[in-house]
Amino acid sequence: MDDLKLPDIDYGALAPMLILFGAACVGVLFEALLPRNRRHGIQLGLGLLALVAALVTVIVERNTRVVTIGGAVAVDGPAVFLWGSILLLGIVSLLLIGERSLEPGGAFVSQAAITVGSQKDIKQAGSQPGATEVYPLTLFALGGMLLFVAANDLLTMFVALEVFSLPLYLLCALARRRRLLSQEAAMKYFLLGSYASAFFLFGVALIYGFSGAVDFASIHAAVADPARSEVLLFGGLALVSIGLLFKSAAVPFHVWTPDVYQGAPTPITALMAACTKVAAFGGLLRVLYVAFDGVQWDFQPVLGVIAVLTMLTGAVLAVTQTDMKRLLAYSSIANAGYLLVGVLALNKSGLSSTMFYLVAYGFSVLAAFGIVSLVRDADGEATHLSRWAGLGRKSPVFAAVFSFILLAFAGIPLTSGFTSKFAVFGAAVEGGQTWLVIFGVITSMLLAFPYLRVVVLMWLSEPSETTPAVSIPGFLTAAALAIGVIATFALGVVPAPLLDLTNDAAQFVR
Amino acid sequence: MKDFPFLSILTLLPLVGAAVVAFIPRARGNLAKTIALAWSLVVLALSVVMWIAFQAGGERFQFRESYQWIPTWGARFTFATDGIALVMLVLIALLVPLVILASWNDVDETQRSVPTYFALLLTLECTMIGVFAAADVFLFYVLFEVMLVPMYFIIGSYGGQRRQYAAVKFFLYSLVGGLFMLAAVIGLWVVGGHHTFDWETLKGASAAFDTNTARWLFLGFFIAFAVKAPFFPFHTWLPDAGVAAPAPAAALLVGVLDKVGTFGILRYCLPLFPEASRWFAPAALVLGVIGILYAALLAVGQNDLKRLVSYTSIAHFGFIGIGIFAFTTQAGTGSVLYMVNHGLATGLLFLVVGMFVSRRGSSLVSDFGGAGKLIPVLAGVLFFAGLASLALPGTAPFISEFLVLIGTFTTHKVYAVIATFGIILAAAYVLWMVQRTTQGTLNPVLTEVPAMRKDITLREKIVVAPLVLLLLLLGFYPKPVTDVINPAVEQTMQDVGTTDPGPTAVANGRVAR
Repeated sequence: MDDLKLPDIDYGALAPMLILFGAACVGVLFEALLPRNRRHGIQLGLGLLALVAALVTVIVERNTRVVTIGGAVAVDGPAVFLWGSILLLGIVSLLLIGERSLEPGGAFVSQAAITVGSQKDIKQAGSQPGATEVYPLTLFALGGMLLFVAANDLLTMFVALEVFSLPLYLLCALARRRRLLSQEAAMKYFLLGSYASAFFLFGVALIYGFSGAVDFASIHAAVADPARSEVLLFGGLALVSIGLLFKSAAVPFHVWTPDVYQGAPTPITALMAACTKVAAFGGLLRVLYVAFDGVQWDFQPVLGVIAVLTMLTGAVLAVTQTDMKRLLAYSSIANAGYLLVGVLALNKSGLSSTMFYLVAYGFSVLAAFGIVSLVRDADGEATHLSRWAGLGRKSPVFAAVFSFILLAFAGIPLTSGFTSKFAVFGAAVEGGQTWLVIFGVITSMLLAFPYLRVVVLMWLSEPSETTPAVSIPGFLTAAALAIGVIATFALGVVPAPLLDLTNDAAQFVR
Repeated sequence: MKDFPFLSILTLLPLVGAAVVAFIPRARGNLAKTIALAWSLVVLALSVVMWIAFQAGGERFQFRESYQWIPTWGARFTFATDGIALVMLVLIALLVPLVILASWNDVDETQRSVPTYFALLLTLECTMIGVFAAADVFLFYVLFEVMLVPMYFIIGSYGGQRRQYAAVKFFLYSLVGGLFMLAAVIGLWVVGGHHTFDWETLKGASAAFDTNTARWLFLGFFIAFAVKAPFFPFHTWLPDAGVAAPAPAAALLVGVLDKVGTFGILRYCLPLFPEASRWFAPAALVLGVIGILYAALLAVGQNDLKRLVSYTSIAHFGFIGIGIFAFTTQAGTGSVLYMVNHGLATGLLFLVVGMFVSRRGSSLVSDFGGAGKLIPVLAGVLFFAGLASLALPGTAPFISEFLVLIGTFTTHKVYAVIATFGIILAAAYVLWMVQRTTQGTLNPVLTEVPAMRKDITLREKIVVAPLVLLLLLLGFYPKPVTDVINPAVEQTMQDVGTTDPGPTAVANGRVAR
């Protein structure tokens, strides 16, 4: 029998992932061993420590460019940059997840299995501390995302997809209030997500049939072969893209987004809007730029149409929303469209501008959901738009912060929303995709209206009896908000450092 | 003196002032007002020094400054001013203190924060100065958009009836226009080829632009500016915003803010896309002429003083538009002079109307009637402002309107002749408005309004006096202004590639130089 040769493993390069997965496992042990009342503090500390440690190793290993662990993981510029982004955004999300001072026990249910509406449920909604399993679950999800953006073959990518999706399905179901909505969201997300995973896997099978391999370098070589089988190639590419576009919330694979964003606990919505977007687009960029760049003229028009549909649907439906979380969900769909515009530039600045957009949008959206979690009354968050009327009189500081974030979403200059839109549109024009930019501009006009309507509601309407006061945020939420707002402003006024960083990172290895 | 960083200081100074004023506690409104006024006077003084330091016959762009901003895109903080921008900068610096003084008591009556209002006014001044001083297309676009935010909150929070609707309409119209410009700015950046936003570099590269591309880019810029100016048919936001905004802020809105539109055409559309400008000129002229007649007719029919003044502005912008697109030096100089004079005359008219409105508590013409018997001096100022607005000889607007018309006549006789009817309509709306408000039998209701018995106060005299004096002075002796404007306009016309037609019996009177 031949010796089984182990592949080389560059532990240094993989350290961020190893730290997160290790910490997540330790977290699971803590759940089993520690007394209930001490878990929250320790788990939160462990999670933050793990994320910061991972971020430090990313910074230490920032110049590593290596394909390791038998070609399964490619640690290159975009991977390292996206790792840093996911970890940074993950830290801020974890701050929101860890908040316990807004309502007793935090945003999460203590025991998800209790029947909704039963005596036990009413009791737990009142005071019992929330489940602390959320911390290991979050770490698993973030670890999966790190693997996803660095996966160098389709199978690793699929595994990573499942690793980061499954914890998210669970997390969605754990809202303390409006539990039926939360469970419905988790169910929808899980079912549709499973379909998307199945499509992805089927696509992988077709691609394997087409190229005889699943790693991106072989696929790239097979695509370049003139005697290729077009049916398998395009069938496989289409199915793989469906899986990726589902996670990116692109039309027509977006229908889960508003329901899930609305039903999930707000900190989890924030995590999905920021980090999942980074992971999904990171994966999409790698697949399109590394493996299938040989057929870019074939997929560009199709994905272009999807980008236009995504922008239009997100913008038009955002206008009609009456719930703040749904409005932000549709705005997130529209933003997926703008990101696709950047992706479809299919040049170096397309890659760098998309990465810039992901970071800029991530910070703004975290701050936005942070504010949403603060506007609450006795029944939890008051997300209906009518309840926000006159908020500017009652809590001018928070209304001002939220207005600023909304202006950023609308793309007003001196916010990161403007610089990031400028970056992707500029890249698209350079890449010859002017028609996408024209649709991008038109939908930006449409989108400005719902944002502006909220600003009007908050400042120019008189407060009504039912306008809730904004809760005083705890330290964690306040820190998350401050980071989000400062990043939104800083990236709008001095975007140069991050732009340089994305430019330097914009080089895949194959 | 030449190396003093006038423009960046002039831009930043109001912003610092705004920050200071914004942090004054709400209860100390008077302190906020005083600081805001003093601050704006410092800005005015600095702008006057800059005017003196400007060499009229010298380089086209002076006081150039350039600082690194976003090297990846080649965007820089570049400031420079030519004669056209210079006169607008001084006009802003002049109007803002007057507006602050005119709004002295207005905010106290609304339950809103006084310091915030004056902080917003100073922020607005910062962005307006920046827009005119920018010589980097990216910087210009950024300030062009940011300018909307303070004005939006001034209208939305401190305005009158229907202020929410007007504020949102104002914001969305301008934003839509601005986004067209954004697409054009990106396009310009890409076809410019050097990854730069520097105006002069782009102008150098403009000769090589593809004809079709240049036309599309022109259109992107032109729509933004036509909405901002506003030209017919993009004008419907202005009457709403003009009515809803506090009268002094409305003076700033039509007096200066809207001039960004016509200024933008002169600075960006014409020099960067000369062929496209010539190609689109007939359409722009038609829009201008329609605007003159249509808005003037609507102005005749208005019963709301602020709405009436807003419509007169749209008509005046029509004149500025045809003056620009006639492509003669006379008409061009006339247009720029018109921008200044309109700022003075309509600014005065809006401020005086504001004084009427704050006394009566209503802006409807039918709520007045014979007011001249109660407040004769203020009525007299209204009459003067009206006469200046209809371009009576002896007031400054006459010179600019006359220059625009004769300059246009040399190249486009039909348009000039039709536009002349606008003057007749102007006489109709102004005189009829003055007659219905201040002349005739006294409306008995007016005597029951205590405030109507108080004629012009010292504060109000200080507000109107500089404008009245300037309108008369420039009406008889416009040379100081035309000397500054003329070289810049001539260079702009050279950029477009048109030459003035040879002297004929009609047009041999060159502008005094």
